[in-house]
Amino acid sequence: MSPEYSESLRQRIAEVVARYPRKEAALLPVLHLVQREVGSISLEEEKFIAGILDIKPMKVREVATFYTMILRQALGKYHIQVCSNLSCTLLGVGSIIDYLKEKLGIGIGETTLDRKFSLSTLECLGACEQAPCLMVNFDYHGNLDKEKIDRILASLT
Amino acid sequence: MEEKILTRDFGLKNLFKIEVYLRQSGYKAVEKALQQMKPAGILDEVKKANLRGRGGAGFPAGVKWGFVPQKTDKPKYLCVNADEGEPGTFKDRYIMSHNPHLLLEGIIIASFGVGIHSAFIYIRGEYEAIAERLEGAIAEAKAKGFLGKNILGSGFDLDVVVHRGAGAYVCGEETALLESLEGKRGHPRLKPPFPASIGLFQCPTVINNVETLANIPFIILKGADWFVKKGLPKDGGTRIFGVSGMVKNPGIYELPLGTNLRKIIFEAAGGMKDGKTLKAVIPGGMSAPILRADEIDLAMDFDSLAGAGSMLGSAAVIVIDEETPILEVLKAVAKFYSHESCGQCTPCRIGTSWINKIVGRIAAGKGEKDDLDAIIRLAENIKGKTLCPLGDAAALPILSICRKFKLELEGHLSR
Repeated sequence: MSPEYSESLRQRIAEVVARYPRKEAALLPVLHLVQREVGSISLEEEKFIAGILDIKPMKVREVATFYTMILRQALGKYHIQVCSNLSCTLLGVGSIIDYLKEKLGIGIGETTLDRKFSLSTLECLGACEQAPCLMVNFDYHGNLDKEKIDRILASLT
Repeated sequence: MEEKILTRDFGLKNLFKIEVYLRQSGYKAVEKALQQMKPAGILDEVKKANLRGRGGAGFPAGVKWGFVPQKTDKPKYLCVNADEGEPGTFKDRYIMSHNPHLLLEGIIIASFGVGIHSAFIYIRGEYEAIAERLEGAIAEAKAKGFLGKNILGSGFDLDVVVHRGAGAYVCGEETALLESLEGKRGHPRLKPPFPASIGLFQCPTVINNVETLANIPFIILKGADWFVKKGLPKDGGTRIFGVSGMVKNPGIYELPLGTNLRKIIFEAAGGMKDGKTLKAVIPGGMSAPILRADEIDLAMDFDSLAGAGSMLGSAAVIVIDEETPILEVLKAVAKFYSHESCGQCTPCRIGTSWINKIVGRIAAGKGEKDDLDAIIRLAENIKGKTLCPLGDAAALPILSICRKFKLELEGHLSR
């Protein structure tokens, strides 16, 4: 059975699609909207989006798999993404990543058993003046040290 | 102190709100452009200002606008490149979060000058909060009659849509950006045709970086001559230098084009952090070839940097200290490009991936005697052999690191 998508999601999608001269141009914004509600883009979501935008489900997959922010499988409640690019490396992000692994008890690309935290590295967040930095879902945190990591993790309930 | 232009009002509380912005003579440039100037006059002024693109390539904005056909039955589009993925770069984030209306003013004037009625701001997906701020600013501007139908009674219409990317560095390349905006994978297009004639939805399109457009209101209000005097004759205005890495005060510093790189690091950014010694600098984002510590007495403008074998790029200055092994830098560069290659061109897809594997082997202490030569050979085979500049952006910094720090890198290889 196909999942139920909320009326508010459908409405939001219709608003977004109307901004573009061609429906399929709304694919990325629609992927963002659906992922926000469902958590990831799997086969059912591909079909749902394809139906709305009048494109083939395979086209949705083709695009979804190109972009690192579009997830094939849902992650934990809090997705912690640590920048591992140059400025963050220079300022010691390596030890921040090690500390996170130790505190959460998971490795890069893994999710805690209670599905609360997922840990990833990513390329430059565009916040190099605050290096080392990370993102929890879409919230930026910079100038990290172990103490700050403790505070961030404690605030995530 | 040099006069700041773009960042002048960044310290003001709530500058992002239109009431505050209007109190700082906000939207006066739009009023002047739409009520007192003709599109051709705007193009002339921007051409005379020698405003070169702030995204990285440094192409003169006025000339770019001039390539768009005046008469066409197709709609024309403006795409604002707010993808800001170049490692080390964070200036556009500051412009959009502190002063979104300045960007909107630039968008309105550019669109009026070129005859565009539909603009898209392509912003990197991670900047979700900033995308929301932009949408708020657009709604405010619309409510005050600066966007929408018949702007300020001029008969000119313009709509602006914020479009979020989803994590792909290559989409900062202008034709990949267009593909992505059309709802496709971000695969760069073959050029020509250039976007000015065949761009978004096959229509004439202007693509400008955020900082480029943010300069436009000042050029309109104060004139091209004033703007050129703020920078260099062939390279008008200021640049927002983003300094990061091992400096005391990382951050953005708006300085005239042509400011000495040593001064940017040792005066503006306060010098090296914790008394460390300078080893090397990447002067224009990760795509820019590296400079050794003895090479930094350089004027930071497009031509001087090109003359020194590097590039000004996005003016993102990454400062590396003596204690950091250069292998760490090479590792970060190799990892980044192998992750971000879109896979369309074989030399880039395979080359970046092999380089990353070899660098990884060296970092694991298993470097073989010919590894450095292999990396150089692979990079040479990427250079100039790809559809888009990502290939060169990978090859050139890697080559410069391998050649300028050969001895240090050879120390990691088995003899």
